[in-house]
Amino acid sequence: MDLKTPLYDTHVRYGGKIVPFAGYLLPVQYHTGIVAEHMAVRTAAGLFDVSHMGEVKITGKDALKNINMLVTNDCTGMYDGQVRYSPMCNENGGVVDDLLVYRNGEDDYLIVVNAANHDKDVAWMKSKISGDVKLSDISAEVAQLALQGPESKEILLKLTDEESIPVKYYSFKAGQKVGGIECIVSKTGYTGEDGFELYTAPENAAELWEKLIEAGSGLGLIPCGLGARDTLRLEASMPLYGHEMNDVITPLETGLGFFVKMGKEDFIGKNALLAKGEPSVHRVGIELIDRGIARDGDKVIKSGSEAGYITSGTMCPYLKKAVGMALVGKDVNAGDEVTVEVRGKQLVAKVVPLPFYKRSK
Amino acid sequence: MSVQKDLFYAETHEWVKYLGGGRALVGVSDHAQEEMGDVAYINLCEAGEILTAGDSLGDIESIKAVSDIYCPVDGTVSKVNNELLDDPSLLNSDPYGSWLVELENVTENSELMDSGVYEAFISEN
Repeated sequence: MDLKTPLYDTHVRYGGKIVPFAGYLLPVQYHTGIVAEHMAVRTAAGLFDVSHMGEVKITGKDALKNINMLVTNDCTGMYDGQVRYSPMCNENGGVVDDLLVYRNGEDDYLIVVNAANHDKDVAWMKSKISGDVKLSDISAEVAQLALQGPESKEILLKLTDEESIPVKYYSFKAGQKVGGIECIVSKTGYTGEDGFELYTAPENAAELWEKLIEAGSGLGLIPCGLGARDTLRLEASMPLYGHEMNDVITPLETGLGFFVKMGKEDFIGKNALLAKGEPSVHRVGIELIDRGIARDGDKVIKSGSEAGYITSGTMCPYLKKAVGMALVGKDVNAGDEVTVEVRGKQLVAKVVPLPFYKRSK
Repeated sequence: MSVQKDLFYAETHEWVKYLGGGRALVGVSDHAQEEMGDVAYINLCEAGEILTAGDSLGDIESIKAVSDIYCPVDGTVSKVNNELLDDPSLLNSDPYGSWLVELENVTENSELMDSGVYEAFISEN
């Protein structure tokens, strides 16, 4: 039985096309369609319901020690109000999930995980923690809205003060009032665009949604669904669990080495990553030259032999190019000509550097 | 979502408009374009191809996925809609004006649904 987020009725009222996703009923798009929603985020603003994401509180004197054991990034020395991205590995160096760590205080952290991995993550983390640490799954008590796009700050300013809005990317301010509703305001997102993620109590989510829509009505804000969320992150070349990484693909193979601190004393998966050594594959961008769209799982072929596979592919609405990310051997590099086997046909493509899209500052 | 009255529909959501003289236009329904979402590419067979009802007419690639399209009647492809191939988004904005191919030597297919039956068919499925 699929769950509903606190915004389910709102989505239906706004004409959202509802689909099951990661155990939740969520809109894949509204009447506007994926392209218009994608373009709104690149040029104005879009509002997403991301209440399906999981939230786990980790508190206690040994909270940091445990988090540093669980995740590959180093969370030492974060300041209160800082966010850090990290993969979380299994013993073999594969990825259990990728997540965000929010530091509320020295002994008080919030971990935000993917909905699809939520149950697995909680069980995994519970089985690994030890010492003076408490883990509580507060997912059911937290709704999350993502306000993304260049007009996001202007929209927020209609509902709150300048001081309530975090300035630095990957920072947050807790206990703020947005339209009179208590929120955590986080300067994060999954679109490659400037924007904010707002965490609030489920009973306030629908009201917060309406207030944001109203505040953004003159600034081009529209509601956006999961479809645009996926094309936006793909155009910005951000990895998605289950595509660019999974239980067997390591963070080093998928190009997340920056978030793996091998210099840390220890973390789960470190020994396996050391033993595996330099990865034999890497993540690259593929741009199709022939007409067609490469999809997840399509083979990438270089000089007649199989070189890897597409992990995600789409037609990018902003760049107007059919692109994909691929995991391929190290001998395949930007500038190379390859073919992608799409539904039995060999389509000519070229390897390009990532990201496909980067916002101008 | 709309169903146009003077057309006949296949279970795979293509429509046929009989033009008389053994000629017909073929497209996809409003329901189909809505299900597919924003169309990025359309690939069609070429003029001159002789098709039997159920044969592949090509495919429609939307942002979300690719969908096969099937010829709803027997006939020979006499024209493809190049304007639509150049701007596939027309299929989203005007599905009944955006024919894919024109056929000649058409044999009418009695298994196709009229608009009333098709409307009931999509509301059940």
